Amino acid sequence: MVDRIYRVNMTDLTAKVEDVPENWAGLGGRGLTSTIVTEEVVPTCHPLGPNNKLVFAPGLLSGTVAANSGRLSVGGKSPLSGTIKESNVGGTAAQQFAKLGVKALIIEGQPEKDNFYSLHVMGDGVEIKEEPQLEGKGNFAVVDTMLERLGEKTGVMSIGTAGEMMMPVANISVKDPEGKLRSAGRGGLGAVMGSKKVKCIVITVPKKATVPIAEPENFKAAAKIFAKALMEHPVSGQGLPTYGTAVLVNVINEAGGLPTQNFRYGQFEGHDKISGETIHDLIEERGGKTRHGCHTGCVIQCSQVYNDAEGKYKTSGFEYESIWAMGADCCVDNIDHIAEADSLMDDIGIDTIETSVSMGVAMEGGLLPFGDGEGIVRIIKEDIGKGTPLGRLMGSGAGAVGKAYGVTRVPVVKNQAIPAYDPRAVKGIGITYCTTPMGADHTAGYAVATNILKIGGDVDPLKKEGQVELSRNLQIATAALDTAGLCIFVAFPALDIPEAFSAIIDMLNARFGISLTADDVNELGKTILRTEHEFNLAAGLTNKDDRLPEFFSQESLPPHNVVWDFTDEEIDEFWNF
Amino acid sequence: MRITVRLFANFRMDRFKEEIREYPPTLTVGEIVSELGIPEPEVGIIFINGRNASLETSLGEGDTLSLFPLVGGG
Repeated sequence: MVDRIYRVNMTDLTAKVEDVPENWAGLGGRGLTSTIVTEEVVPTCHPLGPNNKLVFAPGLLSGTVAANSGRLSVGGKSPLSGTIKESNVGGTAAQQFAKLGVKALIIEGQPEKDNFYSLHVMGDGVEIKEEPQLEGKGNFAVVDTMLERLGEKTGVMSIGTAGEMMMPVANISVKDPEGKLRSAGRGGLGAVMGSKKVKCIVITVPKKATVPIAEPENFKAAAKIFAKALMEHPVSGQGLPTYGTAVLVNVINEAGGLPTQNFRYGQFEGHDKISGETIHDLIEERGGKTRHGCHTGCVIQCSQVYNDAEGKYKTSGFEYESIWAMGADCCVDNIDHIAEADSLMDDIGIDTIETSVSMGVAMEGGLLPFGDGEGIVRIIKEDIGKGTPLGRLMGSGAGAVGKAYGVTRVPVVKNQAIPAYDPRAVKGIGITYCTTPMGADHTAGYAVATNILKIGGDVDPLKKEGQVELSRNLQIATAALDTAGLCIFVAFPALDIPEAFSAIIDMLNARFGISLTADDVNELGKTILRTEHEFNLAAGLTNKDDRLPEFFSQESLPPHNVVWDFTDEEIDEFWNF
Repeated sequence: MRITVRLFANFRMDRFKEEIREYPPTLTVGEIVSELGIPEPEVGIIFINGRNASLETSLGEGDTLSLFPLVGGG
């Protein structure tokens, strides 16, 4: 179908379908959400007020047969960081939107009444409906209700109770092909959806809807080369499918960069009990699945189905970041406690990274002893899920918890929690945490690949040399990948296999009948970063926000006993492009 | 000399997780890899005492050697 913009106004509860403005035509995914947010959202607005907008956009290649192209970008102004935000997620929604010709769904305004609504996106528009029976429901119940009402193939995006309560840790859940959940996790966009009083978005697609391809033969040829490269590269073809992303627990622990006990140490004694190797063995023992894709057409299959000790389904999408955060950062070495917490967080609809890092900070402040996995599970369920005063605090993110407990070791940048690599021992990712417009985010420019995993080159993780340039190049390339709708893990083969990289450009050209070059794609990445940076500056941020917390420069990290030693000038050099 | 060898991911299969092993002095990572029957092209990440090393790096008494295949995540 022809691409159009779907716009829903929640103030007067109307929806319209518009032509795509010329300057948005070549954009998708993150490039489009960030452009729309910059053009239409007042940078100084309150993120939970009527002037913020929530924007969903499938990538440029989403909905096609291109492998791993089913990623969706969700954008808006973040209530956690106060910055522009793009949160990236799998599931079925990107492909369904693309097939319907929904180039972007923009939700604006705010209703006066206190009711929650569903938005039903169809071929000819959007139906807005009051949903009193969904209020107070968790994500799993919302998905079940909607599938029962509209059929198994229905796409569902929803918020849990945390989103309804507009907690800054609230995420947006997206149904995957098996009815399990993926999350647009970071930056509290679930709270923005809650502020618009949208409980869920459902998508139904006519059976024969397809994405038009300008040059089908060329597309097919490039897609074949691309899929072959993904399957041949040892990381995307072997490591990720077998051990999942949690294979990194042992890698980063050995490298001395696994943040432990609220970023006090770089190694965790219980690392092997929460490692990808252990999880792999447990899944096989308990009859789960070691391979599972977050969207149709994923050939990497890094997700899994994890069962409890009785062999009953517990969770999926059990990622390195979540396992590290609840595990090493909170010193919990019981993998079943972590799995229980992961499942609860999916249902309540909260970011596993922000929530768990908040727990680590609260443990430092004395709320619970480090290692108390059962205590964490209880607080998530009884306090965050139900919105008690303690739950409201824990659902406000690591920065707020640090203030409430008088803790100075608070690992955040732009008030967003730092993920699973200590920047003192993996310096390249530290530059990404500082400079990405998103607040601390490892996916924005994954320098860990080159610092530790030796993919796409070799830059010493403990030295400053080359890190700013590395992070800049990766952030530019990632912005382009996020625009294409490709999974970030395609970067592993694309960095090592030249044909894989050219195949991406060939697919874009064949999809739209255009003739982009590698330089054009690079320029696109730069433009997206600049656009996002300008939004942040207009929102009141300065270069002083591009910094790590003070303790990283003052406390040395064992075992390498390293500190963060970049000068302000060295960091600011990042934006020199 | 005594070297602690740690193996990860599929390198553990039919081998071991961690062993303290006795080797003659002046030895490179490549020689240990070959002694363990691991094909060199399969070796992705090498740490000696938590620092990046290569197949050519020499080991010393008491070192810890960690070997991974090419893996990634995030």
